[in-house]
Amino acid sequence: MANLNYTMLEATNMTTAEMYGSTLVQLAEQDSKVVGLSADLAKSTKIGALLDKFSDRLFNAGIAEQNMFGMAAGLAQMGFVPFASTFAIFTAMRGLDQIHTDICYQNLNVKMIATHAGLSFGQAGSTHHCTEDIAIMRTMANCKVIVPCDGFETAKAVAAAYETPGPVYLRINRGFDMPVYKSMDECKFELGKAQEMKEGTDLTIIATGACVARAMDAAKVLEGEGIRARVLNMHTIKPIDADAIKKAVHDTRRIITVEDHNIYGGLGSAVAEVMVETGKACAFKKLGVPDVFSIIGLHEDLMDYYGYGANGILAAARELMGADFEEDDNWDDEI
Amino acid sequence: MGISEQDFNMLEDKARELRKLTVQTVSWAGGGHIGGALSATDILTMIYYKYARVDVKNPKWEDRDRVIVSKGHIGVGYAPVLADKGFFDKEWLKTYNHTESKLGMHLDVNKVPGLDASSGSLGHGLSIALGNSLGAKLLKKDINIYVIMGDGECDEGSIWEAAMAISHFKATNVIPIVDRNRCMIDGPTEEVMKLEPFADKWRAFGFDVVEIDGHNMYQIAEAFDKAKAAKDKPVVIIANTFKGCGISWMQDKYEYHYASIDASGVEKSVADIDAYHDARKAKGGK
Repeated sequence: MANLNYTMLEATNMTTAEMYGSTLVQLAEQDSKVVGLSADLAKSTKIGALLDKFSDRLFNAGIAEQNMFGMAAGLAQMGFVPFASTFAIFTAMRGLDQIHTDICYQNLNVKMIATHAGLSFGQAGSTHHCTEDIAIMRTMANCKVIVPCDGFETAKAVAAAYETPGPVYLRINRGFDMPVYKSMDECKFELGKAQEMKEGTDLTIIATGACVARAMDAAKVLEGEGIRARVLNMHTIKPIDADAIKKAVHDTRRIITVEDHNIYGGLGSAVAEVMVETGKACAFKKLGVPDVFSIIGLHEDLMDYYGYGANGILAAARELMGADFEEDDNWDDEI
Repeated sequence: MGISEQDFNMLEDKARELRKLTVQTVSWAGGGHIGGALSATDILTMIYYKYARVDVKNPKWEDRDRVIVSKGHIGVGYAPVLADKGFFDKEWLKTYNHTESKLGMHLDVNKVPGLDASSGSLGHGLSIALGNSLGAKLLKKDINIYVIMGDGECDEGSIWEAAMAISHFKATNVIPIVDRNRCMIDGPTEEVMKLEPFADKWRAFGFDVVEIDGHNMYQIAEAFDKAKAAKDKPVVIIANTFKGCGISWMQDKYEYHYASIDASGVEKSVADIDAYHDARKAKGGK
């Protein structure tokens, strides 16, 4: 386990990807089997942090993602723990056949740390946005899918990915994320277990990645309106924390999901799958990119534009609170 | 190095036996990729019965040579080799393609002892081999990684991504062997998608090219020796072969990419294989 004792100052001064790079260097110091691969994006993804001390353990495949993921599989077969980093879109799409057949099918210990996810590279346009990867990667058998919400959680999630055998897909953003946690200790990252960020019984906002900060902002405003919103940080999309979702259905009967991803196939769909299997009525709203190729712009502006910034969450929460359904039923015997 | 006359005779007999077992397996399987399996039989025979350091009692032995059959659809010709070598019981071959069998059309590394990589989607094996090579270098292990690719497979762009990188990293312990049978599913390679000047393509990517008759044991062995001796520049072996080699009515026919064989077909094929190998052995590799 890496010595993860980043301070708030460090977390404030380092981008999310730099937290990843720094954590990876610590892992590499402890374990000579940790190696890195990139496809001409070592600097942008910060996996290049390995170069200072471990230049012989970072392999640049050039702009050839298929080859990079195949090489990662080959290194994993030799007992290494390869971390492969390029942008999310070039991971989940350009390299997918190799990820499917070479890595996931063979259940190899490759960590795919994908950066510039969602709309975080907003100005770059849809060729560099990635709002499909959660949907794609969660259908790869054997593969875990993690979406950390800030720098602290990224550090913990990267360490957890290292400790979890088998393929892991971890998506982070470009640049800085709004800090959600105030310290390393506050972040209780445990793979497959949602962290309850705020208690509440009126509705549950289930958010992932950059949307957790927006959900927290919205929940504070709702509190002032007398609406007690539970906030879950669903950092692991697969395996999804079904218990936390069932509990939210039972306790609050209103759920909003928020993700920096297409509304189809991602967090919202994963939550809905669990929800409908409970057989219980639950008011439900998915927030995210509404199945369009995004306009360009700053990440935070785009989240607002597509209605999954704090204001969008507020509007959805108010709408759901107005939904009228059998409030009086006693469901206690049904769970 | 090379091979002795005694080796030659042993390898010839083994290839004959494995061609027959391939035909048998195709019949048990209810059909299979026989054409490309038979074109690679001699290469596989040379790898497993003369060159590759493997331990059938310890298939995951860390110091073993790796063998990656990147043209993964020839499982029906590869599984018989692994079974004959002793990695698993030959009885398994009788279950080929059956529901819940460990052996299916494309072999699964987590089910088949002796297999080093699952394959099926084409153009993957060379990249995996490069990863093996880079890992071996870090571990200071002296191993070779044999990769059998189809010529049609070389239409895949990922093959050339890997070729460029193997040359860049001087991964000379990767030994790519292209089974140049000149056939793919839809027709002859040069009609479906022209590969020529094929050797020049590899040269342009930084390889020394050794072109051989892929059904001549002496030439295969010599090519392997050259590839193993490579220091700064990787070697690719272009093995000129015949699809369906050994069965007269299948030989060099792209239509036999996939076929099924019934009991009488097996008998006829086996007789044909014997005739083919009798003639070949009589020539003594000349």
